[in-house]
Amino acid sequence: MINLDNVMKTLHMFDKQKLDVRTITMGISLLDCAHSNGEIARQRMYDKITKKAANLVSTGEAIEREYGIPIIHKRISVTPMAIAAAASTDDDYVKFAEMMDRAALNTGVNFIGGFSALVHKGFAKGDEILIRSIPEALKATERVCASVNVGSTRSGINMDAVKLMGETIVKTAQLTADQDSIGCAKLVVFANAVEDNPFMAGAFHGVGEPDTVINVGVSGPGVVKVALESCKGKPFDVVAETIKKAAFKVTRMGMLVASEASRRLNMPFGIVDLSLAPTPAVGDSIARVLEEIGLESCGAPGTTAALAMLNDAVKKGGVMASSHVGGLSGAFIPVSEDEGMIAAVRNGSISIEKLEAMTCVCSVGLDMIAVPGDTSAATISGIIADESAIGVINNKTTAVRIIPVIGKNIGDAVELGGLLGTAPVMPVSKFKCEDFVARGGRIPAPIHSMKN
Amino acid sequence: MKAVLTVIGQDKIGIIYNVTSVLAEYDINILDINQTIMQDIFTMIMIVDTSKAPVSFEEIQKKLSEKGEELDLSIRIQHEGIFNAMSEL
Repeated sequence: MINLDNVMKTLHMFDKQKLDVRTITMGISLLDCAHSNGEIARQRMYDKITKKAANLVSTGEAIEREYGIPIIHKRISVTPMAIAAAASTDDDYVKFAEMMDRAALNTGVNFIGGFSALVHKGFAKGDEILIRSIPEALKATERVCASVNVGSTRSGINMDAVKLMGETIVKTAQLTADQDSIGCAKLVVFANAVEDNPFMAGAFHGVGEPDTVINVGVSGPGVVKVALESCKGKPFDVVAETIKKAAFKVTRMGMLVASEASRRLNMPFGIVDLSLAPTPAVGDSIARVLEEIGLESCGAPGTTAALAMLNDAVKKGGVMASSHVGGLSGAFIPVSEDEGMIAAVRNGSISIEKLEAMTCVCSVGLDMIAVPGDTSAATISGIIADESAIGVINNKTTAVRIIPVIGKNIGDAVELGGLLGTAPVMPVSKFKCEDFVARGGRIPAPIHSMKN
Repeated sequence: MKAVLTVIGQDKIGIIYNVTSVLAEYDINILDINQTIMQDIFTMIMIVDTSKAPVSFEEIQKKLSEKGEELDLSIRIQHEGIFNAMSEL
C-alpha cells in the first residue's frame, strides 16, 4: 500500500535531489538502408529515422507528465555510419552527418549518435572515410555525435587508429575554434565500446541489436549524496549498503519508464543503463558524492577507492531492479559536466593523471576534459593509448573525450553551454611521445582475451 | 487509472473542500485519504481513480495545478506506478 512517508520521500527525490531519467534513447538500425548511390541511401535513412522516431519526443513527454518523472533527453542512436554508408560510392560522409542532423531536428531530439566506426582490428572501406569526415561533419552539424572504437580486449589496440584519432581531434578543435572547439565535445574515442549505450556522445546502435530498441539511462547522484548524509562516520559496509538501496530505487524508476516507453512506442525494451550521470547543477555531482564519503576534495588520496566502491554498489543495487541491465552502467566522471569536479580542478586537487587512475574503476574514461589548444596530436594519441590500455587489459569500456581548446591555456575556462557545462583548461604532460605514436600497427590482445 | 494526488502547503481552512470539489466535478473517485501536519505544513495524499473522468489526465493535472495556484498550495497528481516502483518490491 502506498503510504505518506514513501510518497513524500519520492517527491523529495524529484524536487530537491534532482532525480531524473537522463535519457530515453531509441536505437534504429540503418543496415537495410544501404545503397550504392549515397543520395538514395541518405533518403532511405532519413525516412526510416523520422518514421520510427516520429513519436519519441511526444511519448517521452507524456510519460514525464503522467508519472511526474523528469525525463531530460530523448535521443536517437543509429547503426555506425561507417557500416551503413559503406555500400555507397561516396568518398566523404559529411552529407550523411548532415542527414542525421536534419533527422534529429525533424524528430525533435537534441542529439543523434552513430556517426561512428569500429576499427579495433583494422579499417574496413567505410571506416577511414568516416573518420576523415569527422572534423568537417562535427563543424557542419549541431546534433550529431561521433565515436570511434580503437581497441578491444579480444583484439588489442589499433595504434594506427589511435594515431589517426589524435589528429582527428586536433583538426576538429581547429575547425570549431570559433565555438571554443565544441566539436570535440561530440567526439568519443572508445576501447571496448558497447552496442547498447544510451548516453551521448558515445551512443550507437550495434549490429547485434534488433531493428529498433528502447534503452534508458538513469541518473541520480543527488539521491545517493543525500542518502549518504545520513551515515556520516559510519563504516564502509554501511556506506555501500546505503548506496545500493538508493541505486535500487533510481533503477526501478528507470525500468518503469523504459517499459512504458517500449509499450507505448511498440518497440522492444533493450536495457536500463545504471549509470550515475552528473550535470553541472549543484546537487547533481559525482565529485560531491565522493567527498561525502570523507574526502576534503575530489582527487584527494582515497578518491579511487571511494569511486570503486560507489561504482560497484550502484551496480549491485541496480541490477535487481531491472530485467536487463546494459550500456555503460557505472559512475561517470566527466569534468565539465560536474560542478564538484570543476571545483576540484580549480582548487588543484585533481589532475588528468588522477582522473586516469579513477577510470580504472568506473565507467567510462577521461571525459569532457579541456586541455591547452596547442596540445599536439601525438600527445592526445598517447592519452588515448593509455586509456585504451586500461580498458583492454581490465576488460572494461574506457573512453577519451578531450577538448584541445584552440587559443586557450591553463587557467582559462571554456563555457560549452547547457549540460556540457564549463571546462577549466587542465595541464597535460609536456614530455613528448611522438616516436611511440609513430610506430603504428596493433598492440596484441592480452593473454586473458583467450577464454575459449 | 489509479493516481496519487498530493497537496502540500500552509494549512488553512477549506483545503480538502476545495480539492475534493474539483475531483467531484470530474467524476474522480477517492479511494484513500491520508492527511497530516508535518512541521507546520499541511500534507495530504489521496489515492484516486480517474477512470470515469470525462476529460484527459492532462486536463485534470492542469485544473488541479490552477486550483493549487489559487490556494497557494502545491497540488500534484501522478500515476501511482512511480510510487509503487520506488517503494515496493
